[in-house]
Amino acid sequence: MAVIARTENPPLSRYVLPIAGLVGAVLCVAGIVVLIDPHGGAKLLASVYDLLGNTDGATALRNGGGDQLVAKILLAIIALLVGVGGIWLLFLGVGALVSLLQPKWRDRILPWVFAGPALALLSVYLLYPAVGTFLRSFFDAKGVFTLANYQVMTTPDFLEILRNNVIWLVVATGGSVLLGLIIAGLFDRVRRESLAKTFIFLPLAISLIGASVIWLFIYAWQPKGQPQYGLLNAIWTGLGGGPVPWLTTSPINILCEIVIMIWLQTGFAMVVLSAAIKGVSTEIIEAARLDGATERQLFFGVIVPMIRGSIITVATTIAIAVLKIFDIVYTTTGGRFHDDVVANRMFHEMFQFFNDGRAAALASLLFVGVLPVMYINLRNFRRQQVEG
Amino acid sequence: MTAPAQPIARSGAKVAAWRPPILQSLPLRLSVIAICFLWTVPTAGLLVTSVRNPELIQQSGWWTSLLNPFAPNQWTLNNYAQVLQSGGMGTAFLNSLIVTVPSTVIPITIAAFAAYAFAWIPFRGRGILFTLVIALLVVPIQMSLIPILKIYSSASLYGTFFGIWLAHTGFGLPLAIFLLYNFMSQLPRDLFESASIDGASHLQTFIRIVLPLSVPALGAFAIFQFLWVWNDLLVALSFLGVSNDVRVMPTALLALLGSKGGQWQLLTAGAFVTMLLPLIVFLALQRAFIRGILAGSVKS
Repeated sequence: MAVIARTENPPLSRYVLPIAGLVGAVLCVAGIVVLIDPHGGAKLLASVYDLLGNTDGATALRNGGGDQLVAKILLAIIALLVGVGGIWLLFLGVGALVSLLQPKWRDRILPWVFAGPALALLSVYLLYPAVGTFLRSFFDAKGVFTLANYQVMTTPDFLEILRNNVIWLVVATGGSVLLGLIIAGLFDRVRRESLAKTFIFLPLAISLIGASVIWLFIYAWQPKGQPQYGLLNAIWTGLGGGPVPWLTTSPINILCEIVIMIWLQTGFAMVVLSAAIKGVSTEIIEAARLDGATERQLFFGVIVPMIRGSIITVATTIAIAVLKIFDIVYTTTGGRFHDDVVANRMFHEMFQFFNDGRAAALASLLFVGVLPVMYINLRNFRRQQVEG
Repeated sequence: MTAPAQPIARSGAKVAAWRPPILQSLPLRLSVIAICFLWTVPTAGLLVTSVRNPELIQQSGWWTSLLNPFAPNQWTLNNYAQVLQSGGMGTAFLNSLIVTVPSTVIPITIAAFAAYAFAWIPFRGRGILFTLVIALLVVPIQMSLIPILKIYSSASLYGTFFGIWLAHTGFGLPLAIFLLYNFMSQLPRDLFESASIDGASHLQTFIRIVLPLSVPALGAFAIFQFLWVWNDLLVALSFLGVSNDVRVMPTALLALLGSKGGQWQLLTAGAFVTMLLPLIVFLALQRAFIRGILAGSVKS
């Protein structure tokens, strides 16, 4: 049918898509109006109930009770319709409208239709805030220019935080990469390799706060004489030591928190490095064996240097995650036992002390920390472009 | 690490007939099993505790229950019932779903169009703008918190699902565009040339050719973003808040931690409820996830 209509009456069908797009745009605006209102879902559902004659349900909803769950699901469906359907209609409609234009204009506008929404969101959620936060870090609460937010970083309190971040960066990153490397090397040589890997990999699906609860239970501490139900203290007292409150004892608590991160991240390192190890040609390995290299020499002397690139990539990726570490410290101790880190302190400055300037300075510090990685990424991309 | 060489090498080296390989590779196998065991014990402790009788938890370690599993009054599912109802985990589970699904689907849609434009539509400023996307890949979310919070409180978006969908979309876009660009730009050029000779517009090429071919990359990013949003605490805490009717699972678990600190039966059950869906997704789609990790991290 559509084909016939198109051949017989081309002008009409040319306008179908643009009109559909416009209708979609109107529906999108209506959807956004519902979405922006905090009680939009409930109000909309109440109107539907009114239409259906269910006045009691409608009144209950308007008073903040009733089928709030249905209202929430309705809201999510509208969000999906607006977010996905709306974007598709927008693209289809505008795309069709633009294709009605002369080719010269069409080719100029079309890329912006495709990339525009993404660029707009990136500007609002990342670019503008990053600039704003950086600028804010140079002002005090009254809006007067100051360097105090950075000067405070040299006080013992903050130097300790910076020291902790460095410990995190070195130990958590190094530990995850080293363990991931060793495990990848070992597991590569047994049958049922992928099953074994799943065990190491699984924690990667667990949230940082979920992992924190898991390990809080392991680190649990009871006074001497009471049963130690925390695994670590059970082993420790079993070996003859006295019970240790691991998470409140500085500096061991930092290591205890880092172990949580290593437990989570080793799987990531293992997967990437395992793939890299499999990429090393068997001929090189056989040649090294013929030369009489032991397995250990083979692994650390031949394979590791050959996968250096992957090791650096993995280390960088984990280091970026570690630099911004927040959840683990926030949930295990709150950083109250000489184990505070930058991101945790920033959160407290923001929501507890309402010291935006200092919070902005701390965020900027993290930003400065990732700058080298950003530079490397950009350089690699440029190089790729030149080669491509 | 002193594992013997030849018999276990997977290259098919000849095994000495007089020595069974199973004995030679035993130290290696045992160490692999030991590592797997070590990695699983923490989660096992959580799971066992979550179904133990609350009265026992503080009296003895969870492993004692495993040693005599048939002792009376040992196991219960009551902890889960309690945490889902009075602990508010049931509502939080639904809130998490409502937050996560749009926060996954919307950025993929927007990023797919953008990645196509960056890969296959030449336009002025394309190089600079894509460089910007790559630069934004590593910008910490912390840089966005304060200004976005100001905007959200003045536009009354704080504590709304709409606000958090947009936030997760914005924060997820750089990686989404980057992954999809990497994939789409590798598609053979002939594909696009023949499509354009056939008179297909960019829109048609995108819908009929590029999208169907990009399903693996779209799927890999979907798993990433799903896990990231579901497990996120920082963004949820900052923009959605802690009120019962909107809070997501990590926030609800945090509240449990604050109010029921010593009640391990509730904490462990609550933690397991938050982990349930990611673990299922993860186990079911492990291969796609690994593919995504490799595509995202191994840049030549």
